[in-house]
Amino acid sequence: MNNIWVICKKELNSYFVSPIAYGLMAFFALVAGFFFYSATAIFVQRSMESQMMGRGFPMSVNEWVIRPVLSNVSVIGLFLIPMITMRLFAEEKRTGTYELLATSPIRDYEIIVGKWVAALIMYACILAVSLLDILVLFAYGKPDWKPMLVGYLGLLLQGGCLLAVGTFISNTTRSQIVAGVGTFAICLLLWVLDWVSAFETAAWAKVVSYLSVLTHFEPFSKGVIDTKDVIFYVSMIFLGLFLTARAMESQRWRA
Amino acid sequence: MIKVEGLTKRYARNVAVDNISFEVEKGQIVGFLGPNGAGKTTTMRVLTCFLPPTAGTAQVAGFDVLESPLEVKKRIGYLPETPPLYPEMEVVEYLDFVGSLKGLPSGDRKRRVDEVMEKCSVADVRNKLIGKLSKGYRQRVGLAQAIIHNPDVLVLDEPTSGLDPKQIIETRELIKKLAGDHTIILSTHILPEVESTCEHVVIISKGKLVATDTVANLTSRLRGAETVMVEVGAREGSLDAAHVFGKLEQVAGVSRVTARDPREGHARFEIESVKERSVRAELARMVVESGWNLHELHTVGLSLEEIFLQLTGGESAASTGESK
Repeated sequence: MNNIWVICKKELNSYFVSPIAYGLMAFFALVAGFFFYSATAIFVQRSMESQMMGRGFPMSVNEWVIRPVLSNVSVIGLFLIPMITMRLFAEEKRTGTYELLATSPIRDYEIIVGKWVAALIMYACILAVSLLDILVLFAYGKPDWKPMLVGYLGLLLQGGCLLAVGTFISNTTRSQIVAGVGTFAICLLLWVLDWVSAFETAAWAKVVSYLSVLTHFEPFSKGVIDTKDVIFYVSMIFLGLFLTARAMESQRWRA
Repeated sequence: MIKVEGLTKRYARNVAVDNISFEVEKGQIVGFLGPNGAGKTTTMRVLTCFLPPTAGTAQVAGFDVLESPLEVKKRIGYLPETPPLYPEMEVVEYLDFVGSLKGLPSGDRKRRVDEVMEKCSVADVRNKLIGKLSKGYRQRVGLAQAIIHNPDVLVLDEPTSGLDPKQIIETRELIKKLAGDHTIILSTHILPEVESTCEHVVIISKGKLVATDTVANLTSRLRGAETVMVEVGAREGSLDAAHVFGKLEQVAGVSRVTARDPREGHARFEIESVKERSVRAELARMVVESGWNLHELHTVGLSLEEIFLQLTGGESAASTGESK
């Protein structure tokens, strides 16, 4: 446990001394801000219209602003995650510091989990930037905070699952570029798998669509925690980290 | 302290280390000698549990590298060929990180970091970023990293490669200073380094063990005849080289004299002695007593360099390679 924290702290340190953390945060603030602005603008316009048409009950901020923003954010995540994970192992392998980790009295899984947790914290910090937008809603309205919390939990789970995949891919190469591009390709694939369901309803299409990370985020964005989605994400995280451990083991024997 | 038996490491296509066995006693400095690509790094990586052996066993302080790697890793400090440094960290920060990685409790860590920085003379750059350090400093930070947890065994892979001559001497001194507390294995392809720092030497070539012995034994074992280079000059006037040649031949114990490129007014000879016999004293006395000036007299060859070439070169390798 202590070793995991040692690795995690070191990774966080290297994120925050390099411009990458701030660059990603700035990029995210910009894009999330834009989505927030457009969602709010639409919301304001619609609620004006609905009032003029004399509908009594107010429109829900959660449904009209927070939900579309969170859905968009989950897609932006696909672009951010490769940049977070690409250096995790590839960099250490290239510079030779991997040899230090591998010859220290510390287990493989401690290295892997430490790095993954650091990546997750980094991702959480980036997501936290979008809270600034949400705070504005609290200043002017009364959104329900519980579904919002569930939405963020979903973002973290989805992020954790893609980060685990990214950790694995970074472990298989010495080049950050290869790791980044590879992770991006897989993230994209896991996203578009969902599109199959749009034109095909056969059993295989359901399976393929089920594998898409975004399908499982839908309920979270509505504020619903469905155990099947939680289990999907958690098992994907385990799968990614498990594959990383196997890759480390196999590289040792093949090297 | 270290026991390697029948160690073999096979990569996909080639055999990097082939059936090597040797032992290292506690407190020794052992030089691991071999040309590039001989399998030095591979052997060290097996010892440090970075790579598993294909066959054979390796034990460090009684622990097998395959069965209890964590115990082995706790007892080994390792400096790979390129020091494993994080350029974005400060020296203190880095050593503290390695300390915690090696399992030093946080109470001891600060003190240990200060100690090793003092030992490796990097205390003056403690708050500098490692990425901004010169090569010599980096190497020393690498060494500091290896000894931070006060390991029983130190494994140093080419610790002086890429340093300037002054830094090389400093690093060697540092290694010698560390020898008391640690058992040290260092690899190198530079022969004088072994002569100047190590007591024992393990020579490998193309993955095979060629010889393992003390430096002194190795030299004497291979010493057939002594070869001496003598330079003689006249006290006044010119020198009759043929006369000198004749006189040298008559010295007891000399088996062969060859004239070498003479310099102005001086004559140079290469003299071989009979087996097991030193002729330097007699040669010197004869030259001086005959009224010539003795400009130079030294034994040539039989440095590790020649031993090494003899051993790794071919036919002689077979005859001397088996000994233990």
